[in-house]
Formats: sequence, structure tokens, C-alpha cells
Amino acid sequence: MELLCPAGNLASMKAAFNAGADAVYLGLKNDTNARSFAGLNFNSAQLKQAKKLAQQQKRKLFLTLNTFPKPGEESRWFEAVDIAADLGLDALIVADVSLLEYASTRHPHLPLHLSVQASATNLAALSFYKQSFDIERAVLPRVLSIKQVKDLAKVSPVDLEVFAFGSLCIMAEGRCHLSSYVTGQSPNTGGSCSPAKHVRWQDDGNDKLTRLNDVLLERSSQEQQLGYPVVCKGRYISETNNTPEYLLESPTSLNTLSLLPELAKAGVCSLKIEGRQRSPAYVGQVASVWRQAIDTYQANPQAFVESQHWNEALAKVSEGQITTLGAYARQWQ
Amino acid sequence: MKISLAPLHYCWSKQDVMQFYEKVATTNIDTIYLGETVCSRRRELKLADYINIAKMLTAADKQVVLSTMALIEAQSELTELKRYIDNGEWLIEANDIGAVQLAHQANLPFVCGPTINNYNRASLDFLHKKGMMRFVMPYELSKAWLEKVITAKPAYEVEVFGFGHIPLAHSARCFTAKHLNLHKDNCQTICQQYPKGLLVQTQENQPLLRLNGIQTQSAACINLSANLHEMQQMGIDYWRLSARSIDDLTIADALANNLNQQTLSTSSVIPSIKQIQDCNGYWYGEAGMKQHQPHA
Repeated sequence: MELLCPAGNLASMKAAFNAGADAVYLGLKNDTNARSFAGLNFNSAQLKQAKKLAQQQKRKLFLTLNTFPKPGEESRWFEAVDIAADLGLDALIVADVSLLEYASTRHPHLPLHLSVQASATNLAALSFYKQSFDIERAVLPRVLSIKQVKDLAKVSPVDLEVFAFGSLCIMAEGRCHLSSYVTGQSPNTGGSCSPAKHVRWQDDGNDKLTRLNDVLLERSSQEQQLGYPVVCKGRYISETNNTPEYLLESPTSLNTLSLLPELAKAGVCSLKIEGRQRSPAYVGQVASVWRQAIDTYQANPQAFVESQHWNEALAKVSEGQITTLGAYARQWQ
Repeated sequence: MKISLAPLHYCWSKQDVMQFYEKVATTNIDTIYLGETVCSRRRELKLADYINIAKMLTAADKQVVLSTMALIEAQSELTELKRYIDNGEWLIEANDIGAVQLAHQANLPFVCGPTINNYNRASLDFLHKKGMMRFVMPYELSKAWLEKVITAKPAYEVEVFGFGHIPLAHSARCFTAKHLNLHKDNCQTICQQYPKGLLVQTQENQPLLRLNGIQTQSAACINLSANLHEMQQMGIDYWRLSARSIDDLTIADALANNLNQQTLSTSSVIPSIKQIQDCNGYWYGEAGMKQHQPHA
């Protein structure tokens, strides 16, 4: 079972490897990936350096191409595919049909992982991508219950990767327009969800106001721990109740440590840690906990018990310091 | 260009649905998309009921397309999807790539609905090779996007979502049930009590979203009726209206009648809806919630 960690830069990548990550995923410094933030990601020289480092340490390197080529600008995405192939990266993480077609015909030996942004949640969808592009692996959207993950793993024509820890996307990924509805930019079109340039914090007496493109997402006390502002984690009022509530989801992170044995038994091949936008310290801490957990499980699967210490360490780096099982738990749904 | 009617996004009683489609049959709307696209727990109408409605509408000279679910998770949902595809008579609207796969396997043509991620010409052309004969532009894309994509006239038809609350996202979680402290597994199809969805406002009373079970919609209503003429000029084949109530059929019918007369009079523009904010931002490449004033 692979531990796959995010790397927003070389420092994060080193932190991940030092903490025991088997592989990292990273993106180029442009809008070919959905974490297109200033100061983040790799230019081609850095990517070469990353490849060298991964090779030395016998770890794997995946390039994330999880946005959709814009009409008339496709060459930027095709070039990224070629870069990955030329450098001999271990896999490309792709969401778009035209990119999958390009990669599978031009570089048939380059392993393809279906990005979560492709939103493949069932056997027929996985079969489409397997038959059309011979994908090796698919990343499952965070909409399936643990039972549905297990059922799918039994019949899946490709290896399955799941999100194990990190910020929780509560919508079927790749098909959520909440960000573009409010800001004009979405992961699919603009390179990120809830772009930072639209986020504004204001003081209002004892309160702090969080706005996204002027829309008020949250009114909180100055002390309250807040996650990164996104539309689905705002506090709103409904037509039936004037008390502000988290009507969609509260600021919280996904943590599946307790599901580790079930995911392993189901044959899930890779556990993904979210957070290319987070610091090297975050990557190192989270990777270290998950390394210990996976090693402990594999040393003696029957005796596996999640340590309180691990969960505490993960909660510290979680949004609002709260974690959830998300859709894996039927109760959450 | 023709007017099409989106599948009903809300959970209505069987009686209300039947009444709705009986009225549809009396209008001049050309193409009717039909079926449960949001949640498999909604069982007011079964596939057999939709087939009966499809027969009735076909007899009334409507083009009928059976729409399928946007989010397919359980094996049982896949089995139900297969039954839709094997209907033997009507075209399918695929709203998940799984439906594309099953239609392709069955060697059947299909429409790609707005929740299939078609973001460029090469992807569309690929899906055309798999059997796609029409696509509905994904909600968040714009006129500028579409112009680039159809510069060379494609071998498939183009449809644009022109009116209604925009389905912005789908989740495993049922937000309507959550709001009422019910678990999804025992939801009592509570969404039926909100036939237009449940309005969500910011703490400054700005309408933002509508909760419709597992679907989250825009609180504002997209209204591209002022753009009908330019869309016709662009070669768009279908202009889609999503009804919020049976009353919206009057709007769709009026637009269809205008298009049939080949001359678009100013009366084809739907007046702003009282108490509901209009939006058209996506069409102009802006935030979807914005109302762009072309001549301001």
C-alpha cells in the first residue's frame, strides 16, 4: 500500500520523502493543475531536480495535470504531457478525455492515473477510461461510502487510489461549480477552487467577516479557528431558520486512519494525502503519522489499533482542528 | 434553434409530475428531457412511469430523451441506468461518463448532458466517436468558449442551458435531509416538501444557493432569453429551460412559438422574475452569479 504525498515545492517533497512517503505528486507552475497558486509548483528545472531526487531515493514521482485544456490553448497541456514522458516520470494524473487520448497514443508507456477531477465513481465509468485509454489507476472521488469503495474494488478493472487525509471536498469532484459561480474561476477552468485573490477578511467589531468576491461566507469571533474559505464551508441562513448554520459542511478535514485496515483489505493500492498548497512542515507531519500507521498495520494486521497520538497529531494540522470520515461514513451522508 | 425542456430537477409528487407533462404535451416545446437525474432515493416515479410519459409525449409529436443520473455510486444505480439505456425506443442523455460507456457498449447514440466534463473540442470529438450526437455545454462555460469550440462546425448538435436555477454541484450528502436532522438512509424523501429547493442566504440575506437533496443549485435564476438571437446566429441547436414550476411552461411555450415564427420579437425576452435574482455571468465569462448588463 503506497503512501502518496503532496509536494508544492522541493522542500515539501524532501519533507515527504524524509517522513517515509513512497511517492509524491506535484504540478507545473501554470494552470495545467488545480493548485495554481503563486509561489507554488515546479518549473522544468525544478522538476528535473525533483526527478533526480526521487530516483536517488527510489521513490515515485507523479505529475498532476488535473485541469481541462482551454480551447485554443491546448498546447500548454500537451507540452506538459510530453515533459512527463521525456523525464520518465512514474505517472501522469489526468482528468481530461482529450489529454488522456493524447498521452495514451503519443506515449503509450507512460502510466496514466485517472484524476479525481474526472469524477469516476462507478464500474462503468472506470471501464470507459480503462478501455479507451488503458489507465492503470483511478483516484476515487470523495463521494463513496467505505462499503461502496469495497464493492468497487472487487470488480474494478484498474487499481484504486483513495483520499486518506486532508481538506475535504464534499462535492463530486471535477463537477462542482460553486467556486466559479461566486468568483468566475473553478478548479476546472481557472486552476483553483476559491482563488485567494477573491478572498477578503474584514473586522466588524468583535467579529471577523470572511468574504469571497464580496459574498459573505462567514461571520465569526476573532478567536475562532477558520479553514480556508470555500463556498461549501460557509455559514448561512436557510429560508426556514434564521440562525446561521453550516448548511453544507463545517470547516473540517478528512481523516481515514480508522479505516486503514478496511482499505488495505479491500486492495486499495494507494493512500493519498491532500495539500499541495500546505507547508513542508504539514507534509512532513502528516506523512510521518501515516508512515507509522501503515507500517504498524502491515507488521501485524490483526493487532492494528489506531493510536490516539496519531489522531491528535493529525487533528492539529486539520481545518478547524476537527476531522471527519466524510462520505466514507454513511452517517455523514 | 429549438426549445428544449430539462428533466425536472426537483422531487414532486407523481400527480404533480403527471400534470406537468400533460401540460407539456399541449405546448410547442420541441424536445423534452425526462427522468430522475438527481437522487435514486426519489421513487415517486419509476422508470415504467417515465416510459408511459415518454409514450404520451411522443404521441404528441415531442422529441423525447431519457435523462439519467448525474452521480452514480451504487451497483443498484448502475443496474437502473442500464434499464434506462435498454429502453429500446428513446435517445439517452448521459450525465455520467458511466452512461456514455453503457450506451457505447450497446451501440446506441446519446446526448452528453451538462455534467459530463466536456471542456474542449478534442474531448467532444472523441465522445462523438463513441456515439455522442449532441452535447449540452457544461454550466460554467461561456459564449467565448463555445465560439472557439464550434468555429469549425461540428458533426454533433449543441445545446445551451438558458433558463432556470443552475445545478452547481452534486454530493454524497443530502443537504435537505441534513438540514432537517434526518439521515440519508431514512430521509423520508423529505425533499418533496421543497418543490423549488430550499433557499440558502448569506448572513447578509443575500440569496446564494438552493438545496435540492444531494444537488446544490444557484439561488439566482439563469436567464439567457435576451441572448436567443445571438445564440441562433451562432448555430446553437437547442436552448434549454429548466422549469421551477408548471408556470414556467408558459415561458417555454412562448419562446418556442416565437422561434417557430422565425422572427424573434422583443416579447421573446422573459421579464425578470419578481423576487428572484437573474444571472447570466457564465455566458459572459464572469462569475456565474453576476448579472451582466450588455448595453449598460
